[in-house]
Amino acid sequence: MSRRPGFVLEVDKSTPPTLFWNGEGFTLETLPEGSRVIYAPEPIKALDDPYGAIRHALLHPVGDRDPLPALLHAGMKLTICFDDISLPLPPMEAPDIRQMVIETVLDMAADAGVDDVVLIAALALHRRMTEDELRHALGDRVYDAFAPHGLLTQHDAEDPDNLIHLGQTDAGEDIEINKRAATSDLLVYVNINLVAMDGGHKSVATGLASYRSLRHHHNPRTMQHSRSFMDAPASELHSSNWRMGRFIADAGVKIFQIETTLNTDTFPSSFSFLQKREWEWNLRDRATFAATSRSLKGVPPRLARQIFHSIESPHAMTSVQAGEVEAVHAITTENVWKQQGVDVQGQTDILTLGLPYICPYNVNSIMNPILVACLGLGYFFNLYRGKPLVREGGVLILRHPTRPEFHPGHHPSYIDFYEQVLTQTVDPVAIHKQFEESFATDPWYIHLYRTGHAYHGVHPFYMWYWCAHALEHLGRVIIVGGDAKAVRRLGFSPASSLNDALEIASDVVGPSPTLTHLHAPPLMMADVH
Amino acid sequence: MSTLLFEHSLPRFAAARIASSFGSGRGAGVGPLRLVEQDAPSLPGEGWVHVDPLLAGICGSDLSTLDGRSSRYFEEIVSFPFVPGHEVVGLLSADAVGANGSVLAAGTRVVLQPVLGCAARGIDPPCAACAAGHVGNCGFLAFGHIRPGLQTGFCADTGGGWSTTGLVAHASQLFAVPEGFSDADAVTIEPVACAVHAVLGAGISAGDVVAVLGAGTLGLTVTAALAHLAGTGRCPAPRALLVGARYAHQQRLAREFGATEALPADQLARAVRRHTHSLSFGGVAGETATLSGGADVVIDCVGSAESISQSLAMVRPRGTVALVGMPGKVTIDLAPLWHREVRLAGAYAYGTESVPGGAAPAGAATSSGAAATGARKKAAVKPKGAPTSEVPTFALAFDVVAAAATGRLVSATYSLGRFEEAVAHAGAAGRRGAVKIAFDIRKGHTR
Repeated sequence: MSRRPGFVLEVDKSTPPTLFWNGEGFTLETLPEGSRVIYAPEPIKALDDPYGAIRHALLHPVGDRDPLPALLHAGMKLTICFDDISLPLPPMEAPDIRQMVIETVLDMAADAGVDDVVLIAALALHRRMTEDELRHALGDRVYDAFAPHGLLTQHDAEDPDNLIHLGQTDAGEDIEINKRAATSDLLVYVNINLVAMDGGHKSVATGLASYRSLRHHHNPRTMQHSRSFMDAPASELHSSNWRMGRFIADAGVKIFQIETTLNTDTFPSSFSFLQKREWEWNLRDRATFAATSRSLKGVPPRLARQIFHSIESPHAMTSVQAGEVEAVHAITTENVWKQQGVDVQGQTDILTLGLPYICPYNVNSIMNPILVACLGLGYFFNLYRGKPLVREGGVLILRHPTRPEFHPGHHPSYIDFYEQVLTQTVDPVAIHKQFEESFATDPWYIHLYRTGHAYHGVHPFYMWYWCAHALEHLGRVIIVGGDAKAVRRLGFSPASSLNDALEIASDVVGPSPTLTHLHAPPLMMADVH
Repeated sequence: MSTLLFEHSLPRFAAARIASSFGSGRGAGVGPLRLVEQDAPSLPGEGWVHVDPLLAGICGSDLSTLDGRSSRYFEEIVSFPFVPGHEVVGLLSADAVGANGSVLAAGTRVVLQPVLGCAARGIDPPCAACAAGHVGNCGFLAFGHIRPGLQTGFCADTGGGWSTTGLVAHASQLFAVPEGFSDADAVTIEPVACAVHAVLGAGISAGDVVAVLGAGTLGLTVTAALAHLAGTGRCPAPRALLVGARYAHQQRLAREFGATEALPADQLARAVRRHTHSLSFGGVAGETATLSGGADVVIDCVGSAESISQSLAMVRPRGTVALVGMPGKVTIDLAPLWHREVRLAGAYAYGTESVPGGAAPAGAATSSGAAATGARKKAAVKPKGAPTSEVPTFALAFDVVAAAATGRLVSATYSLGRFEEAVAHAGAAGRRGAVKIAFDIRKGHTR
């Protein structure tokens, strides 16, 4: 049977209730007649022979690059950088794509007699990965060969001895990146492209950069001018990264980019109902939904988190391409769109979203209120090309428990951002001006980032800036089922039910609004005409 | 004529202590406090006058006493039975001379500086502290021609504010209430004076980070006093004034009074850490950890073992912890105090303050409306090395009350007959969205 594309359903009397994610759980909501529900395209068939496809890509690069073996020789300095724990979501079943690609690259390097090889997790300002997480991403063979010898490292954006300032772009943007990577004879970057935002020049220019560099594009102005940041040609975030990437290339840093795409096979078979259309649920799906919902109701949030974070996704690779960064990324983006694109006619007054338990920054961690905002107003709101799904001045309704809970080890500066910044203002521009530098240069956050598993002190600011476009665009944000105090702290309106939320929304969009629900995850991109 | 009388009764002390374990203020109903019919106290001698209370506040020290939890240290400097109430605004029953030497006509609205120092006790020459104007530090509180009592409200001879029959006050205790002040404003003058004294004695330097722990009446008035005094050049201006407040209304008021940040009490150490760019050790992400640096000054307005320990954890080496909240017997680890050479300084009551500026504020030597008017005018900030003047703490407090409108802290008033409810309300003030609870003894006011 051929794969079905994305689908926009119009709700009528016969439409069954619609599944909404609700953090570590889900619920069924009855949407008003005439509402639209956007479903993701079904998964593209996975590559039959992923190792073979990887090898083929390395031997047949695109753009101005020789095949990888031709770039490898004895005595050279080779650095392999790879995307960190934030990708993919949920973490994929073993073997992880990074493992498959890196094993292949290492085999070729060994054949060429390369013995100065270092692996670097491209963290940017994310938290350092744990040993278990690195083993999962790279496999035991790679981990055991490199880590004990100090050859598997994680990018440290605060290590002055291992950063190099390459210069400034014409726009005055500082480029300071990982010294080992920049001074290698070849930098191989291994990417997983979960959404259209990922990859391209962003891999090196962001993933291996310092705060000094990142601040040029991770700021409210850039994010307000990225419409959306999932659509590179319309994204100031990407324009800046592209300027930097070209500067890095001109500075003589030779990059061999390897990008991969995934299908939308997001959840294991035990949760298959999560990626089905509700009217196609069979008896087993209905029973699984009922049993799971019932059992989750009595489970403390901490245990529910453990259950959900143990999910490994059956994501499978749909493409792999290698070579020169821009040529590679053009193909990658096309493949992402092929999997995730859904045509949608016209905007809506109200967009509803059920937010799941996971976002790029709480893998094996807690989804705190700032990350809830970022997932809803940053990532999901921006899953569009052309125009936002919701019209300017419209209402975004999210469903999530939004508990004021934080992982103290992973998100220490988030706690202070929540208690000491959001209590004073929620305006991204004011926050940027008044508080960013103090958090970014705070020695305690830097210490925890460098020695523990903490996100950098400035990271919660970036999450808030990620919301900047949506905050500017929307008339109101409502969170259904969220902790009321936490929701208000974010500057949003709490509602106890979807009906209450619609009632509140009517103050902004009138009594008979149009409503669209984005049925994600699985992830999709709306091409709004 | 009704009076709330506190008697010496060990069984009732014990009952109050047990009852208070169910919540602060619960001791009033079963303890040694009872409503009695009693005449006004007689005048102890020359210079004394009767005062008819209008409003009388319930203070944290009153609650400790009623709950049987105050320190035994005070046993020798109180005398029983006494009428509580030292935060008092009332009317003079006869002409009198005020603390600053001005003549006050009968019917004048006055507030009490309640400390019963050498002047009130007829001790001449006075002790060194009183001679220096530091009446709060009087060494002769158990001597002289009245019975022991550190303040009005703890002395068997003077009466106290919780009475319709009135109290007796010495000239040295009397300050006219500036015109324009409401009774609620006036009843906050005494706690504001405590706050002013605490702020000026805390050793704050320009550019310091100051943390205030607790945001009941004391914490809020300390915040208001520091913001106002710094803003008017009466004390060095800190670069950050951080207030730990458990309840939302306290956080709001602290911000309105001038806090740089007001946040939940358990977040205060984190805010201090961030503002001082300190590292943190001994806890997870600074939650209960000690800071490598810390606040230059921590003003502890709670006075519990927990708050003192928190203060020691968030003050910098060689910094100061000013203890403003009344402590009792506490068990704390003083190793950080020893190791980091922290100064732990008490801050009690008031007297005379040495402040920058050649002239005292308008309230210092006046008994008229000039005080209120003057208080609303910001004094010019004096340059370094400018002359200082000796100013009664109460005069400075008038300025703060006027500028910050501290009368809004009075959240509820009760008649004496409802004393159990009043004290319970005061004991649960924060939780119930209140700050200051007072008795309303004005004629025609029945609540």
